[in-house]
Amino acid sequence: MNQYDAIVIGAGHNGLTNGAYLAKAGLKVAVLERNPYIGGATVSRELHKGWYYSNCSYVSSLLRPEITRDLELPRHGLQVVPFGGGTTFMRNGDHFHNFDDHDRLHREMSRHSKRDANAYDRYAADTSLQTKLIRPYLMRTPPDPTSMKPRDLADLLEFARSFMALGEEKLLDTIKFWTGSVGDYLDGYFETDVIKAHIAGSGIIGTALGVYSPGTAYVLLHHYMGDVDGNVGAWGFARGGMGAIAESLSKAFQSYGGEIICDANVDEIIVRDGRAKGVALKDGTEYQADIVVSNLDPKRTFLDITNPKDLPEDVLKKAQNFKIRGSSGKLNIALDGLPTFTGIDPRSRMMGGEMHFSDSLERQERAYDDWKNGTWSKDPYLDMLIPSMTDPTMAPPGKHMMSVFVQYAPPKVEGRDWTDEDKDGFEKSVLDQISNYSPDFRDLILHCETRTPREIEAEVGLTEGNIFMGELTFDQLLFNRPFPGYSQYRAPIKGMYMCSSGTHPGGGVMAAPGANAAREILSDLKRPNTVPGGYADD
Amino acid sequence: MITSSRETMLLTTPFHSRVEAMCHLNDWGNWMGYTTPNAYFDVELEYFAIRSTTGVFDLSPMNKYRITGPDAEAYLNRMVTRNVSKLGVNRVGYAVWCNDAGSILDDGTIFRLGEQDFRLCSYQRADDWLYWCTLGFDVTITNESEDIAGLAVQGPTSCTVLTLLGCTGLDQLKPFGIAHFTFEGAPMMVSRTGFTGDLGYEVWVAPEQAEALWDQLFECGRDYLIKPIGGYALDLARIEAGFLQAHVDFIPAEEAVRPGRTRSPLELGLEWLVDFSKPLFNGRAALLEEKARGSRYRFAILDIEGNKPAEHSFILKGNKVVGTVTSAAWCPTVKSNLAYALIEAPHGKVGDQLTAEIYYQRELHWTRLMAPCRVIDGPLFNPKRRRQTPAPPF
Repeated sequence: MNQYDAIVIGAGHNGLTNGAYLAKAGLKVAVLERNPYIGGATVSRELHKGWYYSNCSYVSSLLRPEITRDLELPRHGLQVVPFGGGTTFMRNGDHFHNFDDHDRLHREMSRHSKRDANAYDRYAADTSLQTKLIRPYLMRTPPDPTSMKPRDLADLLEFARSFMALGEEKLLDTIKFWTGSVGDYLDGYFETDVIKAHIAGSGIIGTALGVYSPGTAYVLLHHYMGDVDGNVGAWGFARGGMGAIAESLSKAFQSYGGEIICDANVDEIIVRDGRAKGVALKDGTEYQADIVVSNLDPKRTFLDITNPKDLPEDVLKKAQNFKIRGSSGKLNIALDGLPTFTGIDPRSRMMGGEMHFSDSLERQERAYDDWKNGTWSKDPYLDMLIPSMTDPTMAPPGKHMMSVFVQYAPPKVEGRDWTDEDKDGFEKSVLDQISNYSPDFRDLILHCETRTPREIEAEVGLTEGNIFMGELTFDQLLFNRPFPGYSQYRAPIKGMYMCSSGTHPGGGVMAAPGANAAREILSDLKRPNTVPGGYADD
Repeated sequence: MITSSRETMLLTTPFHSRVEAMCHLNDWGNWMGYTTPNAYFDVELEYFAIRSTTGVFDLSPMNKYRITGPDAEAYLNRMVTRNVSKLGVNRVGYAVWCNDAGSILDDGTIFRLGEQDFRLCSYQRADDWLYWCTLGFDVTITNESEDIAGLAVQGPTSCTVLTLLGCTGLDQLKPFGIAHFTFEGAPMMVSRTGFTGDLGYEVWVAPEQAEALWDQLFECGRDYLIKPIGGYALDLARIEAGFLQAHVDFIPAEEAVRPGRTRSPLELGLEWLVDFSKPLFNGRAALLEEKARGSRYRFAILDIEGNKPAEHSFILKGNKVVGTVTSAAWCPTVKSNLAYALIEAPHGKVGDQLTAEIYYQRELHWTRLMAPCRVIDGPLFNPKRRRQTPAPPF
């Protein structure tokens, strides 16, 4: 009964996507989920009656449109609704509004600096150039630079050509961009603290680095390379919460005959004669399959659910040294009404956008210093949204749901485990930060779910609470993700694969790792490919 | 002495003071001689109001004709292709009407307000045609266009918002039904109709009530994220929902100058609206002949590979041009690249694989793309809430 063609471990969005494409190709597939509910970090739960919390991932942009269309996710209930704009509040009582409309943004930037307002066009063009370089590779397996296989050589050549076509100046800029810091990058364009700070947030989200740490410029790009309906860089909400993404993927998967088994906590991947043969659960149940796909992060995949005896030494070492540092926490808050914010008209569309409270790179760097010192930021960087301003299904009418992503929170506090007192202190620093700009906010709180890296790791299974399943620095991107030599979704055990955000092209609810991994599996099985290629921008 | 005239080229609708206050983009268009917004604040977000919350569209410039008298039903049955006798009181029917050659003059909606009392809403002005058709019928035609102000209130939360406005029991109203309420002591008619393919209503009041209606509607809708929407957002919604637009997807027959440019209902995929069991209606003989002989064109909805909208594209079968695109858009809810095309028969059957010749520009550089496409069986957007009674709250 427990015999399948393929077993996918973890019913997050990548596991479900991978399962859907394998099932679409005619394989008998089961996706196993440890929790009683699916979604992994793409989940929405009614944790306070009438309020739905997307309590991990909270906004959508990177989800590949090719997958959405191909798996008919809209027919299965998915609707992504964009939101517009953002605000950074300033300590002096002023603010910066990031308008979607180009000319309105110019006027707002001019209020702070005419020169910056003009420089923005140069910044936007240079950043677009970088997104154009990476976007064609999202729905593809990264080429292996050490391989002599024709496919790898051809892909490498194409990759090299697109870089060489840039010309010397832009090529040097590109190398600098991919290895540099977001702070240095922005210093090359802007003079105004608040403008730099507003943009820089995207360079540190989910990353245990500061705005002046090398590698953070790419993280900015990672948040810019998605799109909503062709608007590159735009973000939106999944109607009904991020769980709607997992729900629609699960329906697509089931429509191809796939089976989801919840409360199935995998203990170990069964390996015989160097081949994956299935999985054994902690409760002793066994499922057999010649294909086993892990949607867990690389550390959990190789150090938790694979017997070290079945693995080569280099993979164990690489898994141990894989950089997956926790850097963030999350507050999900049920509000009795809409809070007011200093200097913002409550009817303003900006109430539906992102809100930030760090008005300089200096403050953001200091927030990172706290992380290095082993504690949560006293002056935290927040990416705060009120999804119920856009999506009427998230909270009862007239009430609101607030999602607060918090940076920084270390995986351990001064080297020891988080305590409940620590969690209270962390929560207080966030609530204080918001209250500084919203006097009535605290009185409106009906319920607050606070998640430190401790809770995120324990409940969702993200090691150290790292939201991207591994840091997005160049040493762990493209053919280096998760490790050099293992970027093509194949584990070193025959029949075992990886499909999590720990593989190319990384986290952010893209579903691309799951789809790309399915393409490789089907190729190994010599089955017709069911996975679409990427749309071209040009 | 110099005097200035304040007479403007374009008229304004009864909602104009409110529309103007919310039209942050100042992006105005001309609809039937009225100043109407193309966009209020952001076309995409306006579109998503229709699909996720509630969008409000001022449709006052629609042409409205009251048709009353003992022969009203017989008159309309003669004029339009569908069977009006089957339309009950307080029901609305989508209809097209043709000339004797079986070419479409226009499409619109017929509201049956009583046994002998109808209202026709049409995109085109229809006075002349309506009067010609009265010969031999005991009917009275009244142009009510300026006497009725209308708002389309469309989207998942629209029923809830209108219920709060005082439309008690509105959730029980079936699609294409009409219900009557009072608003500030005056009659307010609500029909479950629209041009978006979503759950939605159209609200009809006297022009004097217009401003108060707008104000209260937006007050009631605040917690349900109500937004005004302009013509661009509505156009996107209608393409996604499969609705035709006169002057875009067909030329009204009376305006066509060049031979062969008119289209019949059969050619536009509207045969379901033609009731040949009626003994006589305008265009019947020609349409029967067309049905026997076969149509020249076939209306097709195309699902096109890739994400480049096929605006103004030629459609090819192999190397041969077999048709052209009339409307096209990347549709944000169904996440598909859709187009309507008129295809020369026998091509264009459901399932046919064709090619769209798409031109698009990036930084002044034009690219020609030959995108494979497939004729699909009806629009992809067709949510349950559109048909559900009772209507869902959101």
